[in-house]
Amino acid sequence: MFEIKNLKASLADEDKQILKGMNLSIGAGEVHAIMGPNGSGKSTMSYVAAGKGGYVVDEGEVLLNGANLLDMEPDERAAAGLFLAFQYPVEIPGVGNMTFLRTAVNAQRKMRGEEELNAAQFLKIVREKAKSLKIDADMLRRPVNVGFSGGEKKRNEILQMAMLEPKMCILDETDSGLDVDAMKLVAEGVNALRDGERSFLVITHYQRLLDHIKPDFVHIMADGKIIKTGGPELALEVENNGYADLLNEVA
Amino acid sequence: MGEAKFDNPTEALLARHNAPRKGSDWAERTRHAARERTLGMGAAGRRDEYWRYTNPTSLNAFETPDVEILQLEEVPVFDGVEKLLITFVDGVYSPELSDDLSGEGLEISTLEDALSADIHWASDVFGVLETNGQSPVNRPFAALNTALAGQGVVIRATGKVSKPVALRYCRENTTSDALIHHVIRVESGADLSILENGAGASRLNTVMEVDVADGGSFHHLRAQGRDHTRLAMTHIFARLGAESHFKSFTLTVNGRLTRNDVVIDIVGGNTKASVAGACLGDGDFLHDDTIFITHDAVNCESRQVFKKVLKNGATGVFQGKILVKTGAQKTDGYQISQALLLDDDSNFLAKPELEIYADDVACSHGSTCGAVDENSLFYLMSRGIPRAEAQNMMIVAFLDEAIQEIENEALAEDIRARLLGWAERHKG
Repeated sequence: MFEIKNLKASLADEDKQILKGMNLSIGAGEVHAIMGPNGSGKSTMSYVAAGKGGYVVDEGEVLLNGANLLDMEPDERAAAGLFLAFQYPVEIPGVGNMTFLRTAVNAQRKMRGEEELNAAQFLKIVREKAKSLKIDADMLRRPVNVGFSGGEKKRNEILQMAMLEPKMCILDETDSGLDVDAMKLVAEGVNALRDGERSFLVITHYQRLLDHIKPDFVHIMADGKIIKTGGPELALEVENNGYADLLNEVA
Repeated sequence: MGEAKFDNPTEALLARHNAPRKGSDWAERTRHAARERTLGMGAAGRRDEYWRYTNPTSLNAFETPDVEILQLEEVPVFDGVEKLLITFVDGVYSPELSDDLSGEGLEISTLEDALSADIHWASDVFGVLETNGQSPVNRPFAALNTALAGQGVVIRATGKVSKPVALRYCRENTTSDALIHHVIRVESGADLSILENGAGASRLNTVMEVDVADGGSFHHLRAQGRDHTRLAMTHIFARLGAESHFKSFTLTVNGRLTRNDVVIDIVGGNTKASVAGACLGDGDFLHDDTIFITHDAVNCESRQVFKKVLKNGATGVFQGKILVKTGAQKTDGYQISQALLLDDDSNFLAKPELEIYADDVACSHGSTCGAVDENSLFYLMSRGIPRAEAQNMMIVAFLDEAIQEIENEALAEDIRARLLGWAERHKG
């Protein structure tokens, strides 16, 4: 379903390679988690997959249902079914959250040759989904992420995910900056989207999130590569012992 | 070619317009004084401090440029609003295309008629506010306008005016050179809205003198003509009494040269004034906002909010001044001018000025220019919005702070729709 094959990528400004031959394969309906020390390339992987500028792909492929995402513009990747929940959602003053959501939903539908949703249809769906994420009408009316608390921003990411119904979701440290209750709410939002078909890649530093979003596989990333793959127990091991042992094991 | 006939460019300037219909003695005295004023200050030149960024040559030239008339297929701006419509064609009032000059809460007549009569209040405003606005900076095109304009409206608002007065400037002639002069008095407690739209002439010179009495409210919303190579030199001279409100917003898309001068004197306390503008230019486009707000009373607030989106070599100019006189304590002055440059060829030239002689005031000013934020663009695109559409959302968002200065939400929405329409047409 989603495959990263021998991905090598560098920062465009500095001649510095961050991803050094990363491989990952996620089947339909699976939840994978990636953990790893700071600077191991987790966020870079998510940005390169989503098509953010500032990176050069030196080698490799990122495939979603067989299509190479790296050949596409960011909006085409989204329409193909990729969604990245940002670690730091961007504030966009002057663009209403609702306008943004509707434009995005309809742009994707248009690109896929589906009929666009009219205002009434859209409103009905968004209200329903916002309610379960405890997003009130005021948050929908406000400019995108402007004046949102950390928790509100992350809930807003999950709302976008729910509205766009992607095939493959990458969550980049969605738990960072969240209190326990907010994390639970976000996790519930994610779990509600699990339908046996949709796949998830959860990037996190803490095992705690994985109590709520239960992964099928856990990967440890270091120095631009996956160095170890295991079950949920691997996350517990990291929580208890840190990365030192794992890194030594490989070295 | 014509200029060789005259001793100096100022005489050429005065000679290119026909003399207006003769008015009453008081009006003719005012016009004569304005003529002398024009000759005294001379034509605007590049060496003048406030013409350093904008070349006045095409405004001074004897010949009027031949400007193709833009045929619009869309519904004209402000069309959906109930209004008292007054139409000028090539700068000449057209009774056939206008509503009856009457309305609830206002007295209204043409400039020609008003200057032939003895209207006491008009003689205190016509040419008077313009003259006040000539110091400390000369504005020769305004003096020229007072001296020779024969067209315009004279409005006195005496109560809450139920419908906005909409001034529509149409064109039929491709080489028209028009002077229009409006004189407005908003009486104590009265509330008047003026809408203006259209190019009006190949070269248009307007003056609007607005005298707002204590407790009066004045709202002005303008969409300047979109004819691509038209020239416009506009002026607003306002005098604001105590506890009055003044708001003016201008939307400008296209036009080869636009210079909008706004001169506001706040003479009574607890007054609020806002001047704002959004402009979009692509290619052969120069847009200049030159604002001068004088605070001469306590506890007043003024705002200047100007946003410009420029591409393909378009130029934006902002010259904004806040002068706080001795004793104008508790003044709250705000000024922001920002440009979004969509490429490396476009220019933004800004000169914010604060001159403050009172010691208990809060004045803030800022001026920025930059490109579309790549992080925001990526965020929008990562949700499936194509680049061009995402950029247009960013453009409209960038302009929004200026649009928010418009009080009437329906009119603000109309302006937003026009902006988006322009962005769509000039995509990529």
